[in-house]
Amino acid sequence: MTAGPVLEVRDLAVEYATERGTVRAVDGVSFDLDAGEFIGIVGESGCGKSTLLFAIAQLLAPPAAVTGGSVVFRGENMVGLTDRQLASVRWRDLSVVMQSAMNALNPVKTIAAQFKDAMRAHGVTSKEEVAARSAEVLRMVGIDPVHLKSYPHQLSGGMRQRSMIAMALLLTPELVIMDEPTSALDVVAQRSLMVQIKELQEQLGFAVIFVTHDMSLVSHFSDRLMVMYAGRVDEFGATRQVFDSPLHPYTIGLTEAFPSIRGPRVHLTGIPGSPPNLASLPPGCRFAPRCPKVMDRCRQESPELYQVNGTLVRCFLHAEEGGGDD
Amino acid sequence: MTDPAMTGGELLYTEGLTKHFRIGSALSRQTLHAVDDVSISIGERQIVALAGESGSGKSTMARLLAKLYKPTSGEIYLEGRPLSAIRSRRDVLRYRGEVPMVFQDPFASINPVFRVSHGIMRCLKLHRPELSGAERQHEAERVFEAVGLTPAAEVLQRFPHELSGGQRQRVGFAQALALRPKLILADEPVSMLDVSIRIGLLNLMAQLRDEQGVSILYITHDIASARYVADRLIIMYAARIAEQGPTEELLVSPRHPYTQLLLSAVPDPREPMTVGAETDRGEPPRVIDPEPGCRFRWRCPLAIDECEQVTPELSELAPDHDAACHVARRGTEVRAFG
Repeated sequence: MTAGPVLEVRDLAVEYATERGTVRAVDGVSFDLDAGEFIGIVGESGCGKSTLLFAIAQLLAPPAAVTGGSVVFRGENMVGLTDRQLASVRWRDLSVVMQSAMNALNPVKTIAAQFKDAMRAHGVTSKEEVAARSAEVLRMVGIDPVHLKSYPHQLSGGMRQRSMIAMALLLTPELVIMDEPTSALDVVAQRSLMVQIKELQEQLGFAVIFVTHDMSLVSHFSDRLMVMYAGRVDEFGATRQVFDSPLHPYTIGLTEAFPSIRGPRVHLTGIPGSPPNLASLPPGCRFAPRCPKVMDRCRQESPELYQVNGTLVRCFLHAEEGGGDD
Repeated sequence: MTDPAMTGGELLYTEGLTKHFRIGSALSRQTLHAVDDVSISIGERQIVALAGESGSGKSTMARLLAKLYKPTSGEIYLEGRPLSAIRSRRDVLRYRGEVPMVFQDPFASINPVFRVSHGIMRCLKLHRPELSGAERQHEAERVFEAVGLTPAAEVLQRFPHELSGGQRQRVGFAQALALRPKLILADEPVSMLDVSIRIGLLNLMAQLRDEQGVSILYITHDIASARYVADRLIIMYAARIAEQGPTEELLVSPRHPYTQLLLSAVPDPREPMTVGAETDRGEPPRVIDPEPGCRFRWRCPLAIDECEQVTPELSELAPDHDAACHVARRGTEVRAFG
């Protein structure tokens, strides 16, 4: 493992060009990711979490583009790299596991052929080496290497998702970015995949950015948790702390929005209203229209990120406790 | 298993409901067992949750009950009347009005080129032709208000793209409600919605039961949400019922190893993690030309010889609480997972 962060994201902004002007989907997001660290990013649809992840991996396509900030991966700013430069980084140092393995895998090629492509692109050409490594990564994710000869449609949803993860690990990258890799799976398969990702991560030491809309999913797996709302970070801190003592009213609302299968059956209310339209954001705090603790100030000024006991939170309720950090 | 015909007050029940699909080419005919010998009953003013993994047959159940599929064998009874006796167009229409369906994807189930009033007006014209134009408008407003879409008159004039996912799903429930239903079939109605919106829809379902007196079959893979709204819980595995009973009773003392596996896998941030890596590899069950025997046996740590040979039937292990498991039926305490 190298010392210092693997990834430094600074004031990252991503905008989409639309007919009615630009929409800022990611607005000033900053964080560091240490080697071997597991960060969970949660938020509702449209909060910018997938856009953020695409911006980090430099996978954005028009009409979306990074319009500000930097993504420094292993000392190099990824923003502005050419496709050729990016190609040498992808798979080798950084790989991405997409939400739907059915769409990410090539349906007319066997798993072995797809693994071979990725390895050959990075100079691993010896047949024996490719075969041995392919079998090895499949075994790592708990799939019998006979499935190297299988086509994606011959595998179950869980196995497809596992083979995507195996493919991501082919060249032992330092960072694996995952966009809701388990959301198409049922709860049992989901749990066993999460346990496996965590085991591999501890064993191989890669860092993980895991994006999901289901915050309970990462509760036992991520080191730190980032809660995004309307393109911004609302809360960011140690996972356990965010769950045990959430600070932002939005995070509190989210943690109270899950029914539990244990304990007393309580009436829940969820969070009233829906997330704002990014094209016409409310003045002041973006959560103010739905916030149960809204104050006059929230409707006029936009809060910064304040640091409270090591957790960053964007809420005026905590402005006195912590100094500005943004 | 209690005989639903004897208990009375049952709104809908099925007897040995079975749906097989022919698959494969002419030379290699195979049969996929989507639903096998399923007998359920749904009471009046009751929310029954039907839970299970993808491919367990829960959506096929919904389509059978919606009369979109014809059962291979078995029968469905609504208020004691067998469904196979319903033939005429008028009776089919009436059944569809009494047992409407709310779909999973609120973005695909509403026609995007018409205002939301369009769908509901058509429903009303078709199913309740006795209403005048003014009465239809009035009725549409009533059901929109009942599902929390206010101001109703204004929301009716919007286009689907002007509504959020949660609001669209409410439109789905409003359309069902306009038919004066007895039972709403809700197939994963909240799974595509954001977490903060889901609870509102679940609360709406409870409210429809309590205030409008409708029953709901809530099909889901999310046990925690099933617990939140359902009076009864049915767990399906590989086309059969694994376990069924009153929700709390079933969750507090699950008898079937699959139910235990399912419960142990539910992430609960409030609790420390209960299971380690001993969770299974999730081998999918074999439902194509299945052989006799328990369909969970390959994944079950407690499987005995009998499980290889004899398909377990549901048996009542506690009042109103049935499980289809040889080991549990022998009176052994089952602790397979969690």
